Amino acid sequence: MSLDKVSIIVSKGSLEGVYPALIMANGARMEGIEANVFFTFFGMDAINKARHDAIKVATVGNPGLHLMTWLGGVPGISALVTKQMMKQMEKLDIPPIPEFLELISDSGGKLYACKASVEMFGLTKDDFIPQVESIITVGEFYQMAAGGQINFT
Amino acid sequence: MSTLTAVARNAEGFLERVEDWDRELALEIAREAGIAELTDRHWLVVNYMRDTYIKTGTAPTIRTLGKESGVQVKELYALFPKGPAKLAAKIGGIPKPKGCI
Repeated sequence: MSLDKVSIIVSKGSLEGVYPALIMANGARMEGIEANVFFTFFGMDAINKARHDAIKVATVGNPGLHLMTWLGGVPGISALVTKQMMKQMEKLDIPPIPEFLELISDSGGKLYACKASVEMFGLTKDDFIPQVESIITVGEFYQMAAGGQINFT
Repeated sequence: MSTLTAVARNAEGFLERVEDWDRELALEIAREAGIAELTDRHWLVVNYMRDTYIKTGTAPTIRTLGKESGVQVKELYALFPKGPAKLAAKIGGIPKPKGCI
C-alpha cells in the first residue's frame, strides 16, 4: 500500500527539532506525497518572521553532541555549533530554514500554526511568514490529517 | 510497437543504462507516468537533469533544480506533479536521485 499523505507536527524550536520535520516534509513532496506541517509550542519559532533566521542547536541537555555538560552552557557555544552544522548542511544543498520553508510551500506542502499555542504566546498571523496557510485548531488538524500518517517531532 | 520493452529497466522503471536513452523513449516513459505531452518546459528540466548527471555523476537536488534549470519550484511541481526530480530523472533516462533533498 502506498502512502498518500503525511502530517508532521513540529513542537520544538531547536535546529535539531525543526530540520528533520522539514526534510521529511520536502522528501514527501518529492515522492508525490501530500505534506502538511503543523507548528506548535516552540516549534512556531520556525515560522515566526522575527525568529526563524536564528534557530539554534540546543547545546545544553543534548548528549548526542558529546560535549562536556558545562561547555554546552558557555555563551556562544550554541551559535558556534549551529554555524558549523549549517556549513555542513549547505554542502549537502540543504537550505537555511527560511528558504527551506519557501521550498516546501512552493512544492505544494502546507504550513499551519497551532491555535492554542498562538493564543498562549500572544501571536497573530502577521507574526508568521506569508507561506503559513492559516492558524488552525487541533480538531481541524486531525480532519486535515485524516487518511494519512501523523508524525510528531 | 513500444521501444520501451526493448530496453532494460529496474523495478521502478528507471533505465538500467544511461546510453539506451533517446527522446522517443523519454516520451513513452512520460506517458506511462501520466504526462501526455512533453512541452519545452518539461524538456528544459529533463535535459538539465540528464546533463547534470552525465557531467557530475549525480542528479541535482530539488533546490538546485529550482534555481538552475530555468524552471522554478512551483512550476516544477505543476509539470511533474508526482515529484519533479524523480520523474524528470526517469524520463531523462538517468538513475533515481539518491539524496534526501
